[in-house]
Amino acid sequence: MRSLVLILTGFAVMGLAFWAYRENYRTQAALAETAALQRQIADLREALAIQRAEWAYLNRPERLRDLALLNFPRLGLVPIDADRFGRIDEVAYPRVELPALHGIVDTVALEAGQ
Amino acid sequence: MIRTPLRPLARILSARAKGENPDAIERENRRLRHEEMRDRQRLRAEGRLLILGLFFFGAFTVVGARMGTLAASDPVEPVMATSGASILAQRADIVDRKGRVLATNLATHSLYAQPPLMVDPDRAAAELARIFPDLDAAKLRADFTGSRKFLWIKRRLSPEQMQAVHDIGDPGLLFGPREMRLYPNGTLAAHVLGGAGFGREGVSSAEVVGTAGVEKQFDTWLRDPANGGRPLELSLDLSVQAAVEAVLAGGMRLMNAKGATAVIMDVRTGEVISLASLPDFDPNARPVPRAGRDPSDSPLFNRAVQGVYELGSTFKAFTIGQALDLGLVAPETLIDTKGPLKWGRFTIRDFRDYGPELTVREVLVKSSNIGTARIATMTGAERQQAFLKALGFFEPTGLEIAEAPTGRPLLPRKWSEIVMLTASYGHGLSASPLHLAAAYATIGNGGVRVVPTILRRTVPPEGGDRVMAAATAATLMSIMRETVARGTATFADVPGYAVAGKTGTADKPDPRGGYYDDRVIATFAGVFPAHDPAYAIVVTLDEPVETSGTEPRRTAGWTAVPVAAEIIRRTAPLLGLRPELEQGTGTGLIRVRN
Repeated sequence: MRSLVLILTGFAVMGLAFWAYRENYRTQAALAETAALQRQIADLREALAIQRAEWAYLNRPERLRDLALLNFPRLGLVPIDADRFGRIDEVAYPRVELPALHGIVDTVALEAGQ
Repeated sequence: MIRTPLRPLARILSARAKGENPDAIERENRRLRHEEMRDRQRLRAEGRLLILGLFFFGAFTVVGARMGTLAASDPVEPVMATSGASILAQRADIVDRKGRVLATNLATHSLYAQPPLMVDPDRAAAELARIFPDLDAAKLRADFTGSRKFLWIKRRLSPEQMQAVHDIGDPGLLFGPREMRLYPNGTLAAHVLGGAGFGREGVSSAEVVGTAGVEKQFDTWLRDPANGGRPLELSLDLSVQAAVEAVLAGGMRLMNAKGATAVIMDVRTGEVISLASLPDFDPNARPVPRAGRDPSDSPLFNRAVQGVYELGSTFKAFTIGQALDLGLVAPETLIDTKGPLKWGRFTIRDFRDYGPELTVREVLVKSSNIGTARIATMTGAERQQAFLKALGFFEPTGLEIAEAPTGRPLLPRKWSEIVMLTASYGHGLSASPLHLAAAYATIGNGGVRVVPTILRRTVPPEGGDRVMAAATAATLMSIMRETVARGTATFADVPGYAVAGKTGTADKPDPRGGYYDDRVIATFAGVFPAHDPAYAIVVTLDEPVETSGTEPRRTAGWTAVPVAAEIIRRTAPLLGLRPELEQGTGTGLIRVRN
């Protein structure tokens, strides 16, 4: 009985040792992956910052003004002024397209025919 | 274990035979047995002590070794605990009120050299001079072949330059990562943003330090990692600022002015929507202030905040507002305007003769110096001083940029009678255009003091001091509306936006004493729309002259006012103000019969 407990304990220790060994390597792998991901995140963030800076640079008012001027014949962009404000009652209702009349439809006869 | 019997029969029998006491044998044996037990127990106790001692020794050794390694090893970022959000740029961005980027960071590289590692210093020097035309090949060669171990060559490189230097292929030329501050909009809002430079520098990184403007004022905030990369939100509006700067630059050229400034403020919150000062500069390459020259001529000089000028007739609104508020006069009270008004050796004149009497309303609409001075005498020097102080004309504006404390108003040492008279129409004391904007915003805010701020606010600050009654502010607003509709500032009448305001033309003081005859500061200060004040505007031109007529015109009505009108026409729609038709006083229903 006693030797059985000893043997089982021995196996348990070996099993635990193997588990700890594997966990250790898995942790290290996870840490390495985290580090790689974080490096990637940092790179992407840096790229994002550069894109944002470039976006802001390409959208600077001075450049947009020049572009609007350059493309005036095509786009006709002018600075917004007070005339651009409309009132809600100035907006027309959509035109209702009435169906064209083809001959004469006798609705009463149609009713009766059913 | 074999126990020794206490009374071994053989020995007992032999002892009895010899006539000895057998109990002695038992005692002896008992003693021996106890000794043996004691020895055994001591051994066990000693063993335990030894194990315990070893355990403690081991534990302390582990703790000590851990402390030793922690102290001796390089700090490593805790990989497990950090989340992605903490990997951020060093310095926070600055954005406008709608989140558009005003200042951000860009990763670049710096170039340095370690001459001992160099293979071919001559060629490296020649190639570098070819890539960077501002470098001198002979000087570089001297540096590379001399005794220097390390030198900076360029603080910032573009990627193309970096590749070109890389292509030289000399191992002694090395790159260090750098984070540089970028202002993508160039000169836009340059005076507010200020600029940034490098502080302490190392090979692998460098501190970015704000040198002026909000960059300097909020330097610690921008660098604080605890903010988690939140940008600094300013109250400026990028598109409004761009429109203001464009119009102001055009107006400055057209009016032949040497400088110009414009401020637009929200009258409820005190947020500065736009603050422009010309000439300006590019904060990406902030010029170095030149010594020995008048700093106010430098493009770095912020005229709106740092420049203090005698702002002229724009102050008449305060004199009349105070008299109305104290109940000394009503808008229709007649004021004696017979001129010239003599006070000691001073003479006060009007621009032209307005007749013997004007109502208070007309005094402001026609801008009569004599009338205003007479109203000031009713108020008295002490109350006038207190009123101007309540409007904030006695201390710097407190705008959150590094230059604000230098915009300290120039005040006369003693508030004498003559000071009271001249101050009533804006002479004898100097203040910045931002002071004026804040004071006009106070009128627009129904008489509650407005303090300018450059930071975005979502709710108006609570508990502003009341400077004048709301009814007085409304009356004053209607008189200023008339000034624009039919008085000195008719050019500012922008259809749909009911501008109320006042012009001011002040002679520039000559540094050698007295005033120039032909140099003025022309100012327009106003609030729009008059029926529901939303924004205050101040436009100031430095030495303008309008030359389209037969003789040069310098008054604000001909110079600052048209520029201000164009600014309002362009920016009011951008600010989301819907044009509204005013209820004219002379119109009514006309019955038409057919």
